[in-house]
Amino acid sequence: MPEHTFILNGTPVTVDIEDDVRLLWVLRDVLGVTGPKYGCGLGVCQACTSHINGKAFNPCSVPVKDLAPTDEVTTIEGLPATVGKDLHPMQEAWLEYDVAQCGYCQPGQIMTAVAKVRQAREEGRDISEADLDEIRNVCRCGTYHRIREAIMAGAKRSAGGAGTGS
Amino acid sequence: MGAHEHPQPPDAVPAPDGIGRRRFLGYVLAASTLTVAAELGEAVLAPTRAAAVVPSVPGPAEIYDLNDMLTHATLPTANLITIRVDPDGTASFALPRAEVGQGITTSSAMLVAEELDLPLDRVRVTLADARPELLFNQLTGGSNTTISTFTPIRVAAAVARGRLLEAASLELGEAVDTLTAKLGVITSTATGRSLGYGELAEKAAGVTTRQVSVTLKEPSEFKVIGTAQRRVDALEAVTGRKKFAMDVQVPGALPAMVCRPPTINGTVRSVDNLDEVRAMPGITDVVRISTGVAVRGRTFGQCIDAVRALKVTWGPGTVEGASDDTIRAELRKAELPLPALDLLTKAVDARFTFHFASNSALETNCAVADVREDSAEIWASLKSPITAQEQIALTLGLPASAVKVHVTQGGGSFGRKLFHDGAAEAAEISKATGKPVRLMWHRTDDFRQGRTHPMSTSRVRATYALGQVLSYDQRHTSVATDFGHGVGEIITSEAARLPVGDLTFSETIFTLTQQTPYNFGVVTQLLSETAKGFHTGSMRNIYSPNVRCAQELIVDELARRMGQDPYRFRRAFLKDERARAVLDKVAEVGEWGRSMPAGTAQGIALHPEYHAHVAVLAEIDCRPGTTGRKVPDAYTGPRVTKVVCAVDAGLAVNPRGLQAQMMGGIMDGIAITLSSGLHLAGGRFLEGSWDNYFYTRQWNTPPELEIVVMPPTTGKPGGAGELAVAGAMAAVACAYGRATGTMPTTFPINHDGPLGFEPLPTTPPVPASPTDGLNRAY
Repeated sequence: MPEHTFILNGTPVTVDIEDDVRLLWVLRDVLGVTGPKYGCGLGVCQACTSHINGKAFNPCSVPVKDLAPTDEVTTIEGLPATVGKDLHPMQEAWLEYDVAQCGYCQPGQIMTAVAKVRQAREEGRDISEADLDEIRNVCRCGTYHRIREAIMAGAKRSAGGAGTGS
Repeated sequence: MGAHEHPQPPDAVPAPDGIGRRRFLGYVLAASTLTVAAELGEAVLAPTRAAAVVPSVPGPAEIYDLNDMLTHATLPTANLITIRVDPDGTASFALPRAEVGQGITTSSAMLVAEELDLPLDRVRVTLADARPELLFNQLTGGSNTTISTFTPIRVAAAVARGRLLEAASLELGEAVDTLTAKLGVITSTATGRSLGYGELAEKAAGVTTRQVSVTLKEPSEFKVIGTAQRRVDALEAVTGRKKFAMDVQVPGALPAMVCRPPTINGTVRSVDNLDEVRAMPGITDVVRISTGVAVRGRTFGQCIDAVRALKVTWGPGTVEGASDDTIRAELRKAELPLPALDLLTKAVDARFTFHFASNSALETNCAVADVREDSAEIWASLKSPITAQEQIALTLGLPASAVKVHVTQGGGSFGRKLFHDGAAEAAEISKATGKPVRLMWHRTDDFRQGRTHPMSTSRVRATYALGQVLSYDQRHTSVATDFGHGVGEIITSEAARLPVGDLTFSETIFTLTQQTPYNFGVVTQLLSETAKGFHTGSMRNIYSPNVRCAQELIVDELARRMGQDPYRFRRAFLKDERARAVLDKVAEVGEWGRSMPAGTAQGIALHPEYHAHVAVLAEIDCRPGTTGRKVPDAYTGPRVTKVVCAVDAGLAVNPRGLQAQMMGGIMDGIAITLSSGLHLAGGRFLEGSWDNYFYTRQWNTPPELEIVVMPPTTGKPGGAGELAVAGAMAAVACAYGRATGTMPTTFPINHDGPLGFEPLPTTPPVPASPTDGLNRAY
């Protein structure tokens, strides 16, 4: 069986699995990393959103063979370590606004939010309402409004501004 | 972004303290650490039965509604809910309900914290396994959890507090009345000495089980109830540590999926390549089951490949050839007649169509099952776990006691988890393969073969003269709703006691839930059902969003014809002061009647149910520049730009959680009005992904949202989980009608327009996952 090596949440991992198995199943079924959720397997719902080399992506849509040994995959479990803390500022904002209801989509929402804020910042601007409108992540509980509030607050926290929450 | 959620200060008028307080009965149980109990249900209270006689006006649902029935159904239950205090100073409570996002673990923990005088973060609430001895009392539905558990949980906690005080009194050698309990510590006011609950937990334990009576705190003494609290599971949710059914690690439980028929409930005739598929990478088993062909393998990805590779010859389904048009015709035939119309009376007459809608949650149907020769174990999010346990046992040929059913945290329900479709299938596959399985439905299956909210029509006629509405008649006709999840047992046992005993099961539910909040003279609202053969269920409410949306649109039309403002018209005809108060609140906060550009408008509506009232004011933008706006890969259409909601839940245990439930209900209301429906054609649903079934997404979320929690009114919590959907649906529909100048009569309003997607193939039944994920990284 082919071997595939990549860096998962800071640690190199090697798995024996067929080339075309999508990364989501390698994470969940082979490695037991269950933060990324299945919501469609079609690259639509975004529940599995994680980061590859700092960019948001859908592991359900990437055959494991496409990963290089140097590729760094970050799931929700590894997000706090990217800022060297117990919680990423976006997770703190999520707690402050009490965003989650059932919570199933929330790891993906947070990973998307972090990438959207980073993307806007790289373009030299603050995240806008239009950016928020473009977020594709489905939340069937309908927490959308608190997600918007938390992203705005999380962006400020990440920028080193804002308070510590209430 | 308007980001306001204002809980209003609680009612300042305190209840009379101490005098005439009702006493409640609880138990101290024989155990090694303090364990207390109360009966779940109104056995703790002296029940006041409201339903002895029902006057012709008001309607039955206003006097004795579904929630009263669900609550009273618990009366014969002689079994107990228990709270345990441990030496680490925490209290634990296994809630016999399902948490699917509605926040009941948090609100239940608050009830314990309140009466036990323990900090909220030291209360652990888990979900109880199926407990058949609870009979009817383990059903999560009808927004009934807090209504039915508010008193019993507090009684148990109060028993524990009393017992801890007694133990401290013995330990300190001081009289109980010199001791105070606060934040998990008992302190002597005389000597200042103190003991933590943890130190007392074992000393307070009962040697024998005995009954004790307690009083509960008055609302004026509440320190936790009525305060805004964050969810107790929020940290687990944002770190990805929250465990759903598919995250539970059961040894040997490999992924399993099912290859399903191209039409609804189609059957397997033959499979051409079983051995070939068994030999595919990672696949361990391929077996025929009652719903299709099951595959089990190392990863779900390999299961998807195997499902796609299967060559199956399918037999016909249960609704072969059915389409939206054939069902509409069937509904038309089944419609009950309206009363004869006096030709001299002016009338508003309309027929509304509500298309099939999906109650699919983001977590698809799923369950873990480990079926052995003489026992079985199931893990799933189940709102009716006793029904699941009994029915799965029956199918497996095991006694119910040999089937252990664990209720896991649920990734949304919206009606789905009242049923145990995933659990039953997982058990069948585990039995057929002789191995543990982790069964998950594919998203496409969840839309196409999963349960739906049934298609329905509502024929409405209202007559009016001289500034009065003289009559209101509504004939709701629906594809049959499946209630086979256990409410049926309640109905059976309760039917004789109900004022509607001669009605059928669905008619009973309809009568107990539907009400007209207006003084409209002679009112009749009747249901008839037809078209069996579909997998149906409720969807964040059963009938109300459709029935009340139709009614509120007719109210707007009556106001227009009678030359009155929609808000003032409603105000004048409303029966209930609580309804008027929430309506006034949204009109005030939402600046009702403000000037808006052509093509945009406000809509206002309200909804009473679950001993609660909600009003919603929505603003919509239907101008071409908005409906045609371009967002990458998005289905847009009209945009609700602002929503103001006011909610009177009687007593909001957790106002922040109540606001969350209103927010979710509003997103549902927007979806089912504007964009989310299923298209039935050729005996199958066309939708197969979230980019086909247009539930509200960020691009259709109102940029401005304000939710006002009204001060306590009744002092008792009402239901909240489903409350906002009907009010929001009606307000958005009314706004759409006023913005476009045409009352909408088909829902969702986009249903008859061009299909907004290319339907996925039906064979193979599920699409392959994409491979271009890295190209789309951002």
